[in-house]
Amino acid sequence: MIQVAWLVPLFPLLGFLITGLGRNKLGALSGWIASFAVLASFLVSLGIFLEVQHLHGEGEEGTGASIIVPVYEYINSGTMTAQISFQIDALSSLFLLVITGIGFLIHIYSISYMSHDDGYGKFFAYLNLFIFSMLLLVMGANYVLMFVGWEGVGLCSYLLIGFWYKNTEYTNAAKKAFVMNRIGDLGFLIGILMLFSKFNTLNFTDLQAAISSGQISVGYLTAVALCFFIGATGKSAQIPLFTWLPDAMAGPTPVSALIHAATMVTAGIYMITRSHFIYTLAPVAQQVILIIGLATALIAATIATMQNDIKKVLAYSTVSQLGFMFMALGAGAYVAAVFHVVTHAFFKALLFLGSGSVIHAMGGEQDIRKMGGLKSSMKITYLTFLIGCVAIAGIPPLSGFFSKDEILMSVFKLGQYGKIFWVLGMLTALMTAYYMFRLLFVTFHGEFRGTADQKHHLHESPALMTIPLVILALLSAFGGMLGLPSITGTPHLLEEFLEPVLKTSLVAHPMVNALSHSAELTLMGLAVIIAVIGISMGWFYYKKYNADSEPKGLAKMAQDKWYFDEIYHAIIVKPLLVLSKLMERWIEKSGIDALVNGVGKLIQASGDRLRYLQSGLVGFYLFMMVLGIILLFALQIWIL
Amino acid sequence: MLILLFILIPLVGGLITLLLPASKASYTAIGISLLQFVVSLLTYTVYVKQLPGFDLHWNVNWIPSLGARFSLGLDNGDSLALMMLMLNALVFPIIFVSLLNKQPERKNVFYGLMLLAQAGLSGVFLAKDALLFYVCWEAALIPVYFLSSLYGGPRRIPVTFKFFVYTFAGSLLMLVAILLIYQQTPIHSFDWDSFVSVGRSMPASSQNWIFWLMFVAFAIKMPIFPFHTWQPDAYEESATPVTIVLSAIMVKMGLFAVVRWLMPVLPLGCERWMDWVTLLSVISIVYASCLALVQTNIKRIIAYSSIAHIGLMCAAIFSHQLIGMQGAAIQMFNHGIIITGMWLLVAIVENRLHTQDIREMGGIAKLSPWFTVSLVVASLANIGFQMTNGFVGEFMMFNGLFKSTSPYHIVFTVFAGTGIIVGAAYTLNMIQKVAYGDVKANTSSFTELSINEKIGMGIILLLIVVLGFYPKLLMDLIYVDQVFQP
Repeated sequence: MIQVAWLVPLFPLLGFLITGLGRNKLGALSGWIASFAVLASFLVSLGIFLEVQHLHGEGEEGTGASIIVPVYEYINSGTMTAQISFQIDALSSLFLLVITGIGFLIHIYSISYMSHDDGYGKFFAYLNLFIFSMLLLVMGANYVLMFVGWEGVGLCSYLLIGFWYKNTEYTNAAKKAFVMNRIGDLGFLIGILMLFSKFNTLNFTDLQAAISSGQISVGYLTAVALCFFIGATGKSAQIPLFTWLPDAMAGPTPVSALIHAATMVTAGIYMITRSHFIYTLAPVAQQVILIIGLATALIAATIATMQNDIKKVLAYSTVSQLGFMFMALGAGAYVAAVFHVVTHAFFKALLFLGSGSVIHAMGGEQDIRKMGGLKSSMKITYLTFLIGCVAIAGIPPLSGFFSKDEILMSVFKLGQYGKIFWVLGMLTALMTAYYMFRLLFVTFHGEFRGTADQKHHLHESPALMTIPLVILALLSAFGGMLGLPSITGTPHLLEEFLEPVLKTSLVAHPMVNALSHSAELTLMGLAVIIAVIGISMGWFYYKKYNADSEPKGLAKMAQDKWYFDEIYHAIIVKPLLVLSKLMERWIEKSGIDALVNGVGKLIQASGDRLRYLQSGLVGFYLFMMVLGIILLFALQIWIL
Repeated sequence: MLILLFILIPLVGGLITLLLPASKASYTAIGISLLQFVVSLLTYTVYVKQLPGFDLHWNVNWIPSLGARFSLGLDNGDSLALMMLMLNALVFPIIFVSLLNKQPERKNVFYGLMLLAQAGLSGVFLAKDALLFYVCWEAALIPVYFLSSLYGGPRRIPVTFKFFVYTFAGSLLMLVAILLIYQQTPIHSFDWDSFVSVGRSMPASSQNWIFWLMFVAFAIKMPIFPFHTWQPDAYEESATPVTIVLSAIMVKMGLFAVVRWLMPVLPLGCERWMDWVTLLSVISIVYASCLALVQTNIKRIIAYSSIAHIGLMCAAIFSHQLIGMQGAAIQMFNHGIIITGMWLLVAIVENRLHTQDIREMGGIAKLSPWFTVSLVVASLANIGFQMTNGFVGEFMMFNGLFKSTSPYHIVFTVFAGTGIIVGAAYTLNMIQKVAYGDVKANTSSFTELSINEKIGMGIILLLIVVLGFYPKLLMDLIYVDQVFQP
């Protein structure tokens, strides 16, 4: 299977072409074609995944654990070579499974969810293109190809966020997503330029060998690492570039599930994990990542506690959870980060699709204040949503507990400030449990607060939508088995699986303090208690929600997202526009143009005067000619 | 002898078209431009085989008393020239086909002048004699002066005058520089080889100031800041087919001239002023991107975006890094394709809505999917999006810029990079205003593309995607390259 790895991106590409070109003729068929394209990719990915496991036994040394599958020559100028080639190893094969697996469920779900939309065919074409780009990103064996996929997902998110293009607010959100991502892309690009100018190659394996041999200063690597991280903050919605992600809710709900779970936002995590050989040698960059991740997790959680739009709560929750993943990366716990990517993909896809089911039943309503009591009429949605909430809140034995615990544990063990970071992480976990159950209670419990018309139409969603929910609920419940903590005495499957790829970076962090088993158990117990407190707070305040009073003070600021958007507008967007207008007025029009026109007028005017030189007197002409020749000679002697 | 075809086909074809009755002009022009394309394509296929003896030339006495020769040449090292010839041969038939359903007045004059411009351009890219180069440079411009003053918007006369002042000033400086170098040649020759050997042997002090005579001439043509203000006006006021010729091919004359006539001839001067030229280029990028952000006229948006892109190409060439120059070469070709697509779309909008103001557009996505898909794809290519042909060249140029030995290379790269961000902002803004939103009263009658427009646009889109995924077609041309190494 590995040798035909190019089939994995090929299927969605074909799906894109077929559904895109035949979008007016295929009708309902296009949804199925697109879904089966992704299913085919999933099956190939599964084959690859199983083969990669065998690979471990054989290739013990260094990069022996990855296989490069070349496809064709992309750039070959003599000064630069970059192949279209895919790197298959444990890391990429795991991501392939997540992307195609969850992507497939989202496709199936969308067949029903989007069935009444005008742009049905177009929607599936975009979804396939999205999967294709993400696969390129993950499979690329060099930074060029990763960059191609990197921008590709940016484009697809733009197209899908602005899918309902008649609404200017939606297209604004799409624009914002793309431009903010491009800010990050510039960072990524400069990182790539730095690597290429030093090593003349952009292949991961070559770079890893060259960098690990210690040819290059730590300062330079730190700069590269930070540039890459800027890229990651764009794609993975971290401070300061996170504000596009909540606005990205403008797209149809399955798109949100796709962006938040299977694709796009995990790109930053993947890229840094893939570049682990750089980050491991750049501890300063790691600390920056840790701090930014923590700050993002915390701030996004505070905002999530105050939102009333069902998708906005989930969106800020994604930002916050991504913060957790970056904390793990900052702590050098790559496996924990990837683990959380996987479990988060399960429960976040579940929650988003669940919210889609709710919105579907409510006739497009997204404000949870106008819902309530939905659990009786939507049993499957409710139960699966509940499982998602429990999983993300961190109650064992559901998946979120294990991955989040692993992250917090690795942070706790870090140097002198580790414990402070851990406390703040716990605070975030508390808020997570609280806002998720607030969401659950307000939406599904209490009295129905919508219109009579809506109440009449309340219904459970069709099987095409609920089956993916059930599958995702099972995955969210049992996904934790992938990485059981060592004190259970069972092997950490994910760590064993990823070990060959990350080998060089998994050696103990110099600043890590060892932890006794009893301490570990205590921390776990604390984590559970915190989660329970959060849930209880949610229960206490919102079990019989009726109407909120308007928030004041800090709560109001959190609800207004701490005014990030307003601040950016005031200090970046506005000044740029004003400056541009001023430049047009003072430099372009009154400056250069006035000068040129002045010269033009001067020539015209002097032409008028010079007419008198054309006197018709041959003697005068001769005189001018001689004068000219003398001048030329003088010029030549003087200058040359 | 064969090489003469590049000039003779459009020249004779253009003269014939001028004399023909108007009704026959358009199809004659298409036929002639297709013939030119076939000749170029054949040349390309032979060229990429890298036959060691590939050498087309035509070299006869022209003005013996001055030592000027009618010398055209295309050999193994001239890949940039070949690329420009290909572009020249590709763009004209696309323009003519797309124009079929919206013909200008006095068709024979229009098509004839267009073909004459093509002939002049071919000469510019092939000339190996400085005086011939200068003559072709002017010969390409003269039909364009006529075209811009005969066809176009209400302000076309003053705008063409400004254009004329600028380019005339530039040409004059170039002529002075050519004559200065010519005087130094031992046997009084305008030949490229003797220019190179004479120029290089000049002391740095002379190269340093002759450099500016030439560079200003070329910088006006490109154009880069602060020599650019003719360009937005000219693009806005000219009829769109003329604008295409200007922006797709003619502005590349400036960059081409730098690579062929400036860098090899005055290497010390180029090195001396490398940082300054890069600075001007980077200013061009940032400044033009910002100005594009606040334009409401779609033609001016594209005009300023074009200045920004040319700025990057100029900076990459002056990085003195081979990879940067290769990237610039690739981009010069690809940018020509992309910008042609952008202007065709503008022409389509203008013909249907009779406005250039993006605030009066909107909702076209619903009415014309063909238009919208084309607009999105071409715009993305225009901002160097991956998977389109706009990416590879830009990527290589940035690599060149960053690798440059200039002490300011990081600052230059970062500021040039901001163009990527601002470029995305104004481009998406334009797409949103033109295509998205609700249908308005004046856009409600927007009709789907006609068959000839679909053909023209289809070819552009195909090239954008194919060259985006498979840039090898161009890579092969620049892989073995002597032309960039002065």
